[in-house]
Amino acid sequence: MNTHELEYDIVVVGGGTAGPMAAIKAKEHNPALRILLIDKANVKRSGAISMGMDGLNNAVIPGHATPEQYTKEITIANDGIVNQATVYAYAKHSFTTIEQLDRWGVKFEKDETGDYAVKKVHHMGSYVLPMPEGHDIKKVLYRQLKRARISISNRIVTTRLLTDSSGAVNGVMGFDCRTADFYVIRAKAVILCCGAAGRLGLPSSGYLMGTYENPTNAGDGYAMAYHAGAELANLECFQINPLIKDYNGPACAYVTGPLGGFTANNKGERFIECDYWSGQMMWEFYQELQSGNGPVFLKLDHLAEETIQTIETILHTNERPSRGRFHAGRKTDYRQDMVEMHISEIGFCSGHSASGVWVNERAETSVAGLYAAGDMAAVPHNYMLGAFTYGWFAGSNAAEYIASRDFTALDQEQISRERERVYAPLQRDQGLSPAQVEYKLRRMVNDYLQPPKVTRKMEIGLQRFEEIAEDLKFLHARNPHELMRAAEVSVIRDCAEMAARASLFRTESRWGLYHYRADYPTRNDAEWFCHAHLKKDADGRMTSLKRPVEPYLIAIDQGERQAYQQLRIDQPLKATA
Amino acid sequence: MSLIPHDIAQRSSAPVLIDADKCIAHKGCTVCVEVCPMDLLAIDPVTQKAFMQFDECWYCMPCETDCPTGAVQVNMPYLLK
Repeated sequence: MNTHELEYDIVVVGGGTAGPMAAIKAKEHNPALRILLIDKANVKRSGAISMGMDGLNNAVIPGHATPEQYTKEITIANDGIVNQATVYAYAKHSFTTIEQLDRWGVKFEKDETGDYAVKKVHHMGSYVLPMPEGHDIKKVLYRQLKRARISISNRIVTTRLLTDSSGAVNGVMGFDCRTADFYVIRAKAVILCCGAAGRLGLPSSGYLMGTYENPTNAGDGYAMAYHAGAELANLECFQINPLIKDYNGPACAYVTGPLGGFTANNKGERFIECDYWSGQMMWEFYQELQSGNGPVFLKLDHLAEETIQTIETILHTNERPSRGRFHAGRKTDYRQDMVEMHISEIGFCSGHSASGVWVNERAETSVAGLYAAGDMAAVPHNYMLGAFTYGWFAGSNAAEYIASRDFTALDQEQISRERERVYAPLQRDQGLSPAQVEYKLRRMVNDYLQPPKVTRKMEIGLQRFEEIAEDLKFLHARNPHELMRAAEVSVIRDCAEMAARASLFRTESRWGLYHYRADYPTRNDAEWFCHAHLKKDADGRMTSLKRPVEPYLIAIDQGERQAYQQLRIDQPLKATA
Repeated sequence: MSLIPHDIAQRSSAPVLIDADKCIAHKGCTVCVEVCPMDLLAIDPVTQKAFMQFDECWYCMPCETDCPTGAVQVNMPYLLK
């Protein structure tokens, strides 16, 4: 294995959504900067939007919504535990980001007057903007990366950040998943855009890579930020999404909602007022799924042929295009059949819920020189447009931060320790296969951490995760590809421990199903109206702490506060056609 | 007594199939190998055609969509289909 030593002003880790934007905006801020974009896959087709996206879930467009109204809605949807400054900063910049993407050639739906065709899906305001031709989004981004002359390194698995004597981040380490070559990259600032921790729970299909998230997003960013000393926020607010059973991709009630589709129980009846994903919505979904009215379905069979064709065109060409193939295999036709739904495995993802690496409204983490954006950065319900926007913030602010900074000396001990850790599985002659260890680990995540959460179960889970930490010492990789999977198992294990400890810390229930604790079943605002952070303490132990919720910038009226607590329809409504 | 640890291979059917008549990997094409997010495809050094090397498919389809000759077919992995 060769070692490559490189030097860039800024290294962006992850080339999915936030990463390309961060790289481009840093370069725009100062064209003289040398910027490297690294990806575990290939930037052309990496990340959560590898095959495009069918719409914006949180477009704040003048004339349709205001930043204040959006900030209020997300505050309520996230049970009040929000740093409004971060959500508000996103909301105020949302339209600028849309205009930028529009100029680059991303196509959004517009009405006959040329105005954006915004739809109402949320409980209170209108923020959903369809992108029926959103399959080209990665191509559009790639063209811009080339135009901005951003250096790109594909197939590099980044494993740890380097920190200098002051604790500031000054580089990254990783290896090539094809050659196993080692990379030490010195940098003045690092921007992590590594996506969700999507390989935490095991999908109910039992298929390891049949995850809701793109399985490349194993939680690398969460683990790297943690080991560099960064604080992570509200990890117990898990990501759990409604999806198509077995296929495990989104059913997209968002997309079908404005066209007349909806989430129904086995009687074909609507049971929730609003299909926007929140912990409360997932709670009602879970109740219905477990009840005599279960399972839950996506209902489209009452719609006109023309509408169904439109839905098929959008859903079978964007985001998860193999969906049409899955339905064909099961002989499911939207015209006659409801689509069986289920809930996803658990994960961390601030794009969908609120679990992420803590950042402020400048995309700065709690560690100097380290920025984070996208699904892994804790700005609640941020979705794709929030990833682009916070990528933008991270790029410009990192460029500004390094203007007055020089490179600092690399700590050779950190490098040799990491090299030894990473390569150990390749140097053994025999041992455990990464896939088997991952399977057992993730099965135990389901057994012990999946809500309803129970204290004693989570404590047993922690013991099991400790045992698996020992098993990691026996991992055996037969080639660089398996070495990548071995590195990911260690990341998943770190995330599993974080998920257990964060969940044990908050002794109340909040965010509907996301953090429902059977032995602390009610919300306790007196003690827990606060953020819960997690970090590595000075002794290297995982520790949790409370942080006060920052004073609201936009006040929430008493009446509005409960809006998301009343999502269930009292009298089920029948489809009218 | 000698208890020697050894592995047992697990069988599974590759969900991504390549039409060898259409695949132009022997002319230097590596598009499907490049775009797979999970890095599962490779070029067979003997046949000079693309093939699925690892059973970790997310059925996401860039390999099929981006193949210039339509040689790639993504099927649902058996455990899900």
